[in-house]
Amino acid sequence: MTRFTRFTRTTAFKLSLLYITVFTVISGILLVYIAENTDHLMSEQVVQTIDAELNGLSEVYVRGGVRNLVETIDRRTRHPDASLYLLVDFSGNALVGNIARLPTMVLEEADGGLRRVRYTRLGVDTEDVERQAMVRTFELRGGFRLLVGRDLGDQLRFSNLLGNALRLWLAVVVVMGAITWLFVSRRVMKRIDDISASSRAIMNGDLSERLSIAGNDDEFDRLAINLNVMLERIEILMQSMKDVTDNIAHDLKTPLTRLQTRIETALRDAKNEQGYREALEATLEETDHLLRIFNSLLRIARIESMAPGTVLEPVDLNKLVAEIADLYEPLVEDEGGRLDINLPDGLMADCNRDMINQVLVNLIENALKYGRPEAGDLVISLSGRIEGERVILSVSDNGPGIPHKDLDRVQDRFVRLEESRSEPGTGLGLSLVKAVARLHGGDLRFKNEAPGLTARIDLKPVTPVSSGSNDGQGNAAGTRS
Amino acid sequence: MLRILVIEDDPEAASYLVKGLSELGHTADQAADGQTGLQMALDSSYDIMIVDRMLPKLDGLSVIQELRREKNHTPVLILSALGQVDDRVKGLKAGGDDYLPKPYAFTELQARVEALARRPKSASQVETTYTVGDLTLDRMAHSCRRGDVEIPLQPREFRLLEYLMQHAGQVVTRTMLLENVWEYHFDPQTNVIDVHISRLRGKIDKGFDTPLLHTIRGAGYTIRDAVH
Repeated sequence: MTRFTRFTRTTAFKLSLLYITVFTVISGILLVYIAENTDHLMSEQVVQTIDAELNGLSEVYVRGGVRNLVETIDRRTRHPDASLYLLVDFSGNALVGNIARLPTMVLEEADGGLRRVRYTRLGVDTEDVERQAMVRTFELRGGFRLLVGRDLGDQLRFSNLLGNALRLWLAVVVVMGAITWLFVSRRVMKRIDDISASSRAIMNGDLSERLSIAGNDDEFDRLAINLNVMLERIEILMQSMKDVTDNIAHDLKTPLTRLQTRIETALRDAKNEQGYREALEATLEETDHLLRIFNSLLRIARIESMAPGTVLEPVDLNKLVAEIADLYEPLVEDEGGRLDINLPDGLMADCNRDMINQVLVNLIENALKYGRPEAGDLVISLSGRIEGERVILSVSDNGPGIPHKDLDRVQDRFVRLEESRSEPGTGLGLSLVKAVARLHGGDLRFKNEAPGLTARIDLKPVTPVSSGSNDGQGNAAGTRS
Repeated sequence: MLRILVIEDDPEAASYLVKGLSELGHTADQAADGQTGLQMALDSSYDIMIVDRMLPKLDGLSVIQELRREKNHTPVLILSALGQVDDRVKGLKAGGDDYLPKPYAFTELQARVEALARRPKSASQVETTYTVGDLTLDRMAHSCRRGDVEIPLQPREFRLLEYLMQHAGQVVTRTMLLENVWEYHFDPQTNVIDVHISRLRGKIDKGFDTPLLHTIRGAGYTIRDAVH
């Protein structure tokens, strides 16, 4: 691509070209229209004047004879801004008039038609001056011919004026076009170029960089802000992908290696069927654990890639929490604890029933595993309330809580604070809770209550259109039966 | 003995299934693609079909839909590597009767196949009273007796016992209980079901000579009369 074509391809160039073209065409049409109309109007006036004079003069001739006519014409030629007159006898000798020179044929064709001629004015012009005029010749009785005309100087000057105006217009338009181009290319295109250059740089290099924002809140700022949000999302995704890869490498490698060791040991050492059986049972357990990890990872990935609008529906949280409590209460009681429920009546949220169930289960199981107080009974409470524009669901225990430095870290994948990892689990439970919370437009937050830990997620309250979606469910159930 | 049709394209998985089912005393036929499977299902009558979701020529869900369109109501267990809740809903909507995500334990499959085979074909076949040994559950009166003793049950305990007795003599897995009694579809990591079972056991077996509710190690639970 040459320098020129690259230049002509820029939006700035195209915009300026368009600007110039449009304005030239518009002003051209306007000027041509004005010129045509004034020309027409002025010609009409000229013709009317000529005809009136001819009529008047021929009447003078009829009434007063040639002498009277000559006098009248002579008088009229002395007026300022006089018309053109020429009276000749039958042999072509001029009797009176203010025309010095004229194409001779004009007088010979005395058919009364209008003509445009060049002439020289008597007594005013030197020999070489030529003017234009509109004339009409009239034959009088007795062989005289009378020519009356009007100078076209005014009309020509006006056309010239219009022509000049058009040229000036063009010049102004071109200058304005250039200014537009300058503005567009300098200000607008430069910012677009800046944005594309920095995004290219970001793609090639550091994803943590951001586009600069001018701060005047125009469309480019909005574009930059949106691109920055996108970049942030990409960065988070890249980071979480990297984390997952790292963690998979780390956390799946361990059980896989253990599996390998067990198989190798069994192959080398097992003496009898009993030995092989034990080894196989151990490996089976290990593979079950691995599969659970994979399933959880897939599930989280699936939730993270979901579009929220497609999976949410109005859910009665009282019912949902009561059912979960019904499932877990015996277990909590067997562990010597208590399960409290604290929800206002009629608390509804736009959410996915299965996912929220899973969230509560994960949080309750976490509380069971890690929330036990050093002295006294474990109390797990499930609460819900409306806070501002969100519905809060929380699970609290009265245990030791989480060290402050680990509050954020626990939500990451595979993170298990308890180093020995004696409790069963994949370390993915809270990551799943977080993914579900994000899908619902909220987040997972922890708070040390001293004593105890509260984990809470926020959901969208049910919008008034909920009755419509309930109908939809009814229909779906109907077609299924 | 059940006649079972296995529609599964992976030869290893298919022969594992056929072999396992044969060892249990069932007769199992195998089809390696959707079209052949559908043809076999329509040509002869099977008690149960086990259908993989992803099949060559005709996918599993289409096979089931076609089958249902032909008014064939053979119970179908769908096997699938897609184990999310919405996949499951899709499978059941297509006309499947149960859904088991891969990988699965064979005991889980066995329990589900046997539960499906015993499922009442219509509402009129549903019994109003279940009896195992001297334990009786009256579904209409919502009452439970063992011998002469009236046993009070919580609603959830009642439904748990109801499901177990409906499948008396069969193994019922923890996942099946969670799905059918609580209608949840997730793997609990704790022994949440075991606690419910042990409470139920405390009510129906404690103080009686013969236990009826048994734990099957590595599989689940069963309720049966010790005599049989």
